[in-house]
Amino acid sequence: MLGFRVERLWADMTGLLALLFHQGVLDEQFLELQQLQDESSPNFVLEVFNIYFHEAEKLLRSLRSLLVDGEFSDYKKMRIHLNLLIGSSSTIGAKRIRNVCIVFRTASDQNNKIGCLRALELLEYEYCYLKNKLHELFQIEQQRILAAAIRE
Amino acid sequence: MGLECSSQELHVLAVDDSLVDRKVIERLLKISCCKVTAVESGRRALQYLGLDGERSSVGFDELKVNLIMTDYSMPGMTGYELLKKIKGSSKLREIPVVIMSSENVLARIDRCLEEGAEDFLVKPVKLSDV
Repeated sequence: MLGFRVERLWADMTGLLALLFHQGVLDEQFLELQQLQDESSPNFVLEVFNIYFHEAEKLLRSLRSLLVDGEFSDYKKMRIHLNLLIGSSSTIGAKRIRNVCIVFRTASDQNNKIGCLRALELLEYEYCYLKNKLHELFQIEQQRILAAAIRE
Repeated sequence: MGLECSSQELHVLAVDDSLVDRKVIERLLKISCCKVTAVESGRRALQYLGLDGERSSVGFDELKVNLIMTDYSMPGMTGYELLKKIKGSSKLREIPVVIMSSENVLARIDRCLEEGAEDFLVKPVKLSDV
């Protein structure tokens, strides 16, 4: 029974990953990160993602504030934030987020407030989706490790 | 990975304003048997290298950096500006500098190589790049 559970969890995990790849949410850079995880750094991927979530949330809040608060938007500052988010999103393999940021950046270069607002909303949506799916993925992984340990 | 690190580890100074990128580059370099110091800006990098006029309390030999890897797009001082400062210093110009950028802009690459960059890596950086 426990053996079945481990196999089932493994299938869930690979299924979810396949979905995320298929949807273009993640790209192969995510797999490159997995390569950096080993016995000497067993939680590496999780640690990197936690830093990313923390950094991204701060940037998203700041971007919203720059666009919505006050009459004039500081597009230069927005560009600095977006460059940072583009870089770290591509480092972790968050392909869709990266692409939305690039669209956002183009709109900010054109001082296009409406375009920026639309891009921001899409970015917030994509971010929530990624975060939820990755939490699901990490949870399944944890359960799988636990079930495998119990089986042994 | 199971690589055996010799006692002659390269000391790499990594410069990037993103904490995510610093963590990943640090790991990439450690797996490749390098000692890593990661800083968040060009200004901090120059401070570490002892090039900002302030005397560091540690002897220069201990800080000896064998390679500098820097992000291109950083607020304040870009990777390109940092490259120029390093190549403009008699003390540091021998240290190879690698520029990393998430954008594949030919003019940018040419400019960096002309200024003396050892290499230009397009992000995201992979283990095979290192």
